[in-house]
Amino acid sequence: MSTATGQQQAAAPADEEQPKTPLQRLLGAQAFQILGVLLILIVLFSIAETDAFLSVNNFRNVVVNVSILAILGVGMTFIIITGGIDLSVGSVLVFSGVVAAKVMDALGGEGVGVSVVGALAACASGTLWGLFNGVLVARAKVPPLIVTLGTLGMALGGAQIITGGIDLRGAPTVLTDTIGFGRLFGQIPYLAIIALVVVALGAVILHRTRFGRYTYAVGSNDEAARRVGVKVDRHLILVYTLAGFCAGLAGILNLAFYASTTIAGQSNTALNVIAGVVIGGTSLFGGIGTVAGTVIGLFIPAVLQNGFVIMGVQPFWQQVVVGAFLIAAVYVDQVRRAAATRGASSRRSLSSRFSRPSGARRKESQ
Amino acid sequence: MTPALEARGLRREFGHVRALDGADFDVDPGEVVALIGDNGAGKSTLVKALSGSLAVDSGELYSDGQRVAIDTPAAARSLGIETVYQDLALAPHLDPVQNMYLGREVMRSGLLGHLGFMDHVEMKENTRRAFADLGATVRDFAAPVGSMSGGQRQQIAVARAAAWASRVIFLDEPTAALGVVQTRNVLDLIRRVRDRGIAVVLISHSMPHVIEVADRIQVLRLGRRVATYDAKKTSMEELVGAMTGAISQGAT
Ligand SMILES: Nc1ncnc2c1ncn2[C@@H]1O[C@H](COP(=O)(O)OP(=O)(O)OP(=O)(O)O)[C@@H](O)[C@H]1O
Ligand SMILES: [Mg+2]
Repeated sequence: MSTATGQQQAAAPADEEQPKTPLQRLLGAQAFQILGVLLILIVLFSIAETDAFLSVNNFRNVVVNVSILAILGVGMTFIIITGGIDLSVGSVLVFSGVVAAKVMDALGGEGVGVSVVGALAACASGTLWGLFNGVLVARAKVPPLIVTLGTLGMALGGAQIITGGIDLRGAPTVLTDTIGFGRLFGQIPYLAIIALVVVALGAVILHRTRFGRYTYAVGSNDEAARRVGVKVDRHLILVYTLAGFCAGLAGILNLAFYASTTIAGQSNTALNVIAGVVIGGTSLFGGIGTVAGTVIGLFIPAVLQNGFVIMGVQPFWQQVVVGAFLIAAVYVDQVRRAAATRGASSRRSLSSRFSRPSGARRKESQ
Repeated sequence: MTPALEARGLRREFGHVRALDGADFDVDPGEVVALIGDNGAGKSTLVKALSGSLAVDSGELYSDGQRVAIDTPAAARSLGIETVYQDLALAPHLDPVQNMYLGREVMRSGLLGHLGFMDHVEMKENTRRAFADLGATVRDFAAPVGSMSGGQRQQIAVARAAAWASRVIFLDEPTAALGVVQTRNVLDLIRRVRDRGIAVVLISHSMPHVIEVADRIQVLRLGRRVATYDAKKTSMEELVGAMTGAISQGAT
């Protein structure tokens, strides 16, 4: 299909206003270019360390490392597309894990039922934090950067109050043995399957449904969305709630995987997720982004880390390289937006967004 | 005839600025009313007040003689009122079809529709038709409108409003960025929309266009309607005089 349109395109006179073919669009997408970078990394590491890097086992490791981040990344992608930010996901993950651990402990036993209740408790906790974030952002008009910086502290503090600051260890073995370490057909980690389902659902909702359409519209020009009757505030609340749910789900998975609430271990989680989302081509200015890009963007740090460890390079280099990737990704986004938006209207809409609470979103590019 | 939409004594202050100072306004079904006035006279403010995107401090609104409250864009929409805002109010990252249907997406039938899935084919076809009606020069239906020229964006906004209006359509300087041919198209579209029995309100600084296309001309000055003219019987000098305050009219 794309070849046919491609030929048609070649026959037409070179005209800037000609519609782009789907192929051209794909090639121009930042997510696609980042996929190229990822493939190059994989090829380089494969050449350097064929046996260790290019094994099923190693690949599985990388995928598992990305899985939980990818679930957080789905919610974060929605939020950043609205022009917002969520710094609280790591803390909400911890809080949800703690609540789940407490609930399962109180119920006692190792059964499936207990695990299910624990999972529901985690998802509910996350959802409530997300709702809290959303209401403050949309109704109280507090900038999302500040709201989620606040809930980052509140959720982490809350988790520490509940536990006395000491990690709860021990989840039902059903949970750790299946979701934590289990594999479908002895090959595919359940963790990865769950992540894949969440990613697929997220992508369908974002790219195929009205909810997704409104997410882009709100991030693109919230005043325009409001004037055509989109309930912007309600939509923002739903988006933050969705991200909270993702963090809650990640919380129970994290607990299953580490068999610990990892209270001290999540301080960089939100920033890592944001980095992945942004590297994957989602614009911090709102209105642009894809779930697929986020997944690719999360694989880059994971592959780098993995490759460096195998090659015996100091793993600290990973942070340096990822930082450079992040800056490059935002730079490319800036250049693109400058080239793509012309005329006063879009500029006005951009500046009008800065006067809204979503305005503080840009601080995150660290 | 009962006006399709009538406003009485609208007031709205921004700090010390009285944007609307007891403004009256009315437009009949199947009539083109031009709303003119100097920069800052309050035209855009009046349009926003009548399309539910700006709250007024006081004043009354009537739709077909019925007292109505137009306090949200949704309320305006349910009264069949559509607006091309001066700043167009398009979402720059969405494509023309998505903008055209923003807030009223056509859903798939059955379960998929209930799950939030949209009927892209239907929306694209209708958009194509609406643009063809307008003779719009938008060629790329999948590019973000933010990448299009000011005139193309204006055509999208006009096509959107014209497609949805069923009672009243406001056009706040809809031809400001348009070329000669496209301006012609919009003026023709205004007549066609009027012939559908819809009330058209045109805001423009181009007196020749106003005189050409309008049935009545209402002059706004310092947030108040100071004159109403029959477009057939007025002249450029008279209009400019009324706008600047050199002529005052007690007429209808
Ligand atoms: N949101 C706002 N905040 C403060 N003042 C405003 C606002 N909107 C309008 N005004 C003021 O109200 C007055 C009327 O503005 P309005 O935009 O209605 O004028 P206009 O007749 O549309 O002018 P133009 O021909 O330039 O479009 C101006 O003095 C303007 O500064
Ligand atoms: Mg104006």
